[in-house]
Amino acid sequence: MSDFSVWIIVKNLLWATQWTIILSLIAFVGGGIVGLILLFARTSQIKPLEIVTKCYIEFFQGTPLLMQLFLFFFGVALFGIEVSPWMSASLALTLWTSAFLTEIWRGCVESIPKGQWEASSSLALTYIEQMRYVIIPQAARIAVAPTVGFSVQVIKGTALASIIGFIELTKAGTMLNNATFRPFLVYSLVALIYFCLCFPLSFLAKRLEGRLNVAR
Amino acid sequence: MSLVSIRDVRKSFGPLEVLKGVSLEVAKGDVVAIIGRSGSGKSTLLRCINGLETFQSGAILADGLAVGSVHTNLRELRRHVGMVFQQFNLFPHLTAAENVMLAPTVVNNVSKKEARDTAAEVLTKVGLSEKMDAYPSQLSGGQQQRVAIARSLAMRPKVLLCDEITSALDPELVNEVLRVVEQLAKEGMTLILVTHEMRFARDVGTNLVFMHHGKVHEQGPPKEVFAAPKTPELQQFVSGIG
Repeated sequence: MSDFSVWIIVKNLLWATQWTIILSLIAFVGGGIVGLILLFARTSQIKPLEIVTKCYIEFFQGTPLLMQLFLFFFGVALFGIEVSPWMSASLALTLWTSAFLTEIWRGCVESIPKGQWEASSSLALTYIEQMRYVIIPQAARIAVAPTVGFSVQVIKGTALASIIGFIELTKAGTMLNNATFRPFLVYSLVALIYFCLCFPLSFLAKRLEGRLNVAR
Repeated sequence: MSLVSIRDVRKSFGPLEVLKGVSLEVAKGDVVAIIGRSGSGKSTLLRCINGLETFQSGAILADGLAVGSVHTNLRELRRHVGMVFQQFNLFPHLTAAENVMLAPTVVNNVSKKEARDTAAEVLTKVGLSEKMDAYPSQLSGGQQQRVAIARSLAMRPKVLLCDEITSALDPELVNEVLRVVEQLAKEGMTLILVTHEMRFARDVGTNLVFMHHGKVHEQGPPKEVFAAPKTPELQQFVSGIG
């Protein structure tokens, strides 16, 4: 009897895990795209653009992710626009991810020696061309490890989406706990699944870090 | 008419005035060697010519384009004014040929095939035809600097600015780079070099410029200037080098 319900719990948690993974992927890919655009603005040396992106980044880095989720979920509803938990979670996590990725990548871009900018400037390349052909190909190498490392934060961040009613791993855990009254078992399993998702990524990040350092 | 015309250029970094009214005329085919102590403003002057540095007053005309205003078409300017740096600044993720091909393909929209032919031509000119597919990390300092020269040449510049291009090299590698520059001078390329190689300045230069405290202190044909420096500062500088 007991074994049977453990199996039911596991099965349901695994089902919910797919939504954690999908939400993480959306946030990470979406955040990567938005982050790349912001990166160009942030390092453009065009003052207004830099200030706007800096404010954006400060906002998303300086406020709790949970509050951002509330803003997107409840705040947008105030304007009479109906948003699903699914929609607001994707949007909030995407923007949150983009802010952090932009900052990580900015650091990588700024670590490229000034001479690379000067040489490419002297060859008449425009800023966008310099970024595309000279700076980003080099910065990307450095960025791989911290970017993969940050993806762990994104996965863990998706847990907060449970609070606005999005059914992912954490929300499923809460629901199963309410049904079974076995919090220790349920949340241990939830934690284990998160760990299985995150550990390979942190391990990979460590490995990449070591390898790229040697190559330098 | 001068190819590069510098008139009363002043430039400050904060409270420090680096260029205190520099004027210089460079005609087509000139090989101008700028010498002087470090901090005398040589490199800054060179970097003003292709817009890497801005300046506060005065005027620079390079190939008919006014440099230094917000309206300066830097892209157009830099297509015709090449620059080679002390630290080579090759793109480490690209091979020698790719380094050379980048600007022609991206800026001038030349086809890959044509750009590779040009790369082969200019790399042959600097004696590195067999290193086309080598990465900068696989090349010696002297070879890297020659690739950097080839990279500039591929844009067919009208003027080539060389900023202490042998200063970062081991002594035994200096000559291979200087030989390339000398060859360019012979072919009629207009060159403005900031250099510490006095013998080279004397033998290859058509015009020697001695900068001191942010000004052109003395100038003239190198052999005459070296043989009989007029100002005490240049006398001291020349004798100090021995």
